[in-house]
Amino acid sequence: MAVAAKILRSELDQKAWNAVCDVPDPEVPVLTIEDLGVLRDVHVQADGSVEVTITPTYTGCPAMSMFAFDIEAALLTAGFERVDVKTVLTPAWTTDWLSEKAREKLRVYGIAPPNGKASRRALFGEEQVRCPKCNSANTSRISEFGSTACKALYRCNDCSEPFDYFKCI
Amino acid sequence: MTDTALFTYCMRLADDSAILSQRLGEWCGHASHLEEDIALTNIALDLIGHARELYTYAGQIEGKGRDEDALCFHRVEREFNNLLLVEQPNDDFAYAIMRQFLFSAFMHPFWEAMMNSKDEQLAGLAAKAEKEAAYHLRHSAEWVIRLGDGTEESHNRISDALEFLWMYTGEMFECDEVVSSLVAKEVAVDPMSIKHLWDETVNTVLARANLERPTESWMQTGGRKGEHSEHLGHILSPMQYLQRSFPQAQW
Repeated sequence: MAVAAKILRSELDQKAWNAVCDVPDPEVPVLTIEDLGVLRDVHVQADGSVEVTITPTYTGCPAMSMFAFDIEAALLTAGFERVDVKTVLTPAWTTDWLSEKAREKLRVYGIAPPNGKASRRALFGEEQVRCPKCNSANTSRISEFGSTACKALYRCNDCSEPFDYFKCI
Repeated sequence: MTDTALFTYCMRLADDSAILSQRLGEWCGHASHLEEDIALTNIALDLIGHARELYTYAGQIEGKGRDEDALCFHRVEREFNNLLLVEQPNDDFAYAIMRQFLFSAFMHPFWEAMMNSKDEQLAGLAAKAEKEAAYHLRHSAEWVIRLGDGTEESHNRISDALEFLWMYTGEMFECDEVVSSLVAKEVAVDPMSIKHLWDETVNTVLARANLERPTESWMQTGGRKGEHSEHLGHILSPMQYLQRSFPQAQW
């Protein structure tokens, strides 16, 4: 996540951050935890242990334990000896944290990135989503819920491609 | 000192989420079509997420070392304080949809109001849950309309579901001393303060679905005191089986 990445941190903290920032999302492997904004903070304590703070995209996201496992493995590989992965809910994750680079990666991967800013959703009405293959805006929603908690299922009416849409929250 | 009211309040909310998620999970592999199967289990997953946070927090408040698993899987029926609405059986797809709609139409404004709670944990969870509940509400509302405004068969079924489940909606607005003491501390949400929002959603959706809102009559009560319908025990047995047979089992 761009904002967190810009915070000045010590050389050691930066080394730890670099070791974990490329951990991929197990369900959307084209994105890293840094791209997603799931990685909130990495801090090396005085005793040498590393405290990593992550936040879930959805409250029940089953990828969280996988993230914690992969983060620990990455830090141990980088030479750190003790790792403590902490999960926080505040501030609530939002798709607004996805960088332009991350959105482009999603599109290339075949997942339509979230549309603009997370805003209050009306009870009725559909978001206009562009097909990640042919860029047509003539698409229809098949299901509000897709293969993972963070995605909905769409179909392109022009090129017939069914595709995932990364829900805007 | 243990904050008994806050513990009870969190346990009620946790039980609502856990029991409804178990009910929704029963649709896994049984829904009308694949997309709906995935949708219902996605909603169940969000609710498990809420339940886990709430049970964990309740365990911390209680301070007796009970974790989320102990609280969810090692209590008996009378210790569960969920709404009677969420334990009602699936019976028919229309019942599952109506149950979800009536509940989500309440939970969405509930979490939105909870974002202002003076309790940071609850406010933090609310900020996430509110976004998820918005999807649950939209999904179930669209189905209520599709079924109500569909064929004669679908209309009759969703209409029956509404008639049957209506008597369980009063419980959502109950306010006993647990709730009122926490409302006074600006920790809990006064359910009556969001009643007009629930009414507005329900009226709008039922009108679009060509369904008539049932007349106000006697409402069921008891869930918050552990007095349940005959269905809860049958939910708990498969839900708790593994942890009862193999306590402390981990994935």
